Amino acid sequence: MKKNAHLILGLGIISVFLLSTTAFGLSDAFKKNIYDPGLLKPTDSALKVKVGDYAPDFSLPAVSGGRISLGQYRGKKNVVLSFVPAAWTPVCSDQWPGYNIVEDLFDANDAILLGITVDNIPTLFAWTNQMGALWFPVLSDFWPHGAVAERYGVLRSDGVSERALFVIDKKGIIRYIGVNDINKRPRLEVLVKELERL
Amino acid sequence: MSIRVKRISMASATIAIALALLHSLVFGSNLPPARGAVLPEINLLVPENAAHRDYLGLEDGTFFKIPQIKARVVIIEIFSMYCPYCQREAPEINRLYSIIEKSPGLRGKIKLIGIGAGNSRFEVEVFRKKYGVAFPLISDEDFSIHKCIGEVRTPYFLGVTINDDGTHQVFYSKLGGFKGAELFLEEMIQLSGLKGEG
Repeated sequence: MKKNAHLILGLGIISVFLLSTTAFGLSDAFKKNIYDPGLLKPTDSALKVKVGDYAPDFSLPAVSGGRISLGQYRGKKNVVLSFVPAAWTPVCSDQWPGYNIVEDLFDANDAILLGITVDNIPTLFAWTNQMGALWFPVLSDFWPHGAVAERYGVLRSDGVSERALFVIDKKGIIRYIGVNDINKRPRLEVLVKELERL
Repeated sequence: MSIRVKRISMASATIAIALALLHSLVFGSNLPPARGAVLPEINLLVPENAAHRDYLGLEDGTFFKIPQIKARVVIIEIFSMYCPYCQREAPEINRLYSIIEKSPGLRGKIKLIGIGAGNSRFEVEVFRKKYGVAFPLISDEDFSIHKCIGEVRTPYFLGVTINDDGTHQVFYSKLGGFKGAELFLEEMIQLSGLKGEG
């Protein structure tokens, strides 16, 4: 009985925060088509790679057609992998449009950005169309579901990925890993600083 | 149910209600400012750029409030560097600023500022440089201003009249709807009561 009472107390407190809204500053570009999942557990996975490791290679279908592999940039470009949890959700829907106006910052550091989610191609097609023309490839890690996210250790227990950034140099070595609180957008200056360190 | 369990249940309910009230105070369950109302108490960072401080008529300092701006009318754009609409409309907002500054009857009377919802200073500067924005853009990194004004989607426009006695009034409060510099300016002049002075 005493245990139940403590449970009620705990649930009472937690429910207040779970039912709360968070500030996203969402663009009106998506109108009312964004699903608000509420406040989520900040991170929910365990990394399987670390800074200094060779980044696991992969090949994924791109929204623009064909497949893109990490290996094709080896020796040519630094690579930033931007995993975002899911299409049509609040923070994700703003993150890439921000990256879309800083192509020059990537160019200045001889880097390419690869955007990855676990959504399928048709969903990503419809979603990214709302963002305007993106200069970077958007890849689908849908099938086998979340396999690349899983390989890097950023697949959450509910099947979406973390909000994570990996900076990989031209030799294919991971130089930075940032697994952000899923509810918040990572600061652009952190990524830019890591690119400049390359 | 024992007395102890009842007490714990009561405590649970009381704490949940108290937290809900606290949450609404801290995180804001505010509505956007309505026409005819005054702005909520918001403190904005004084621009580091001296030309921007001069434009707003501000002394050195850390924070300022909108009614301290030396103008008859202040137009506030709540924007984000991550918002595709804000990006798309930036050149037209720049043109609005340019028209005002080139008009002897409006220059000094109508002033523009942008508030970057959830944008760090770095991110605000990225937006400024990308679009060559000449008027002051203020960082609202922790969404504190954004929460005060009802967590509006972006871009959101507020028009405020500043009276000689230091009081002020909101005369325009609207999501998007920017149909071009001339039309928007005409609407601002009409609604603010500046008509005939320009």
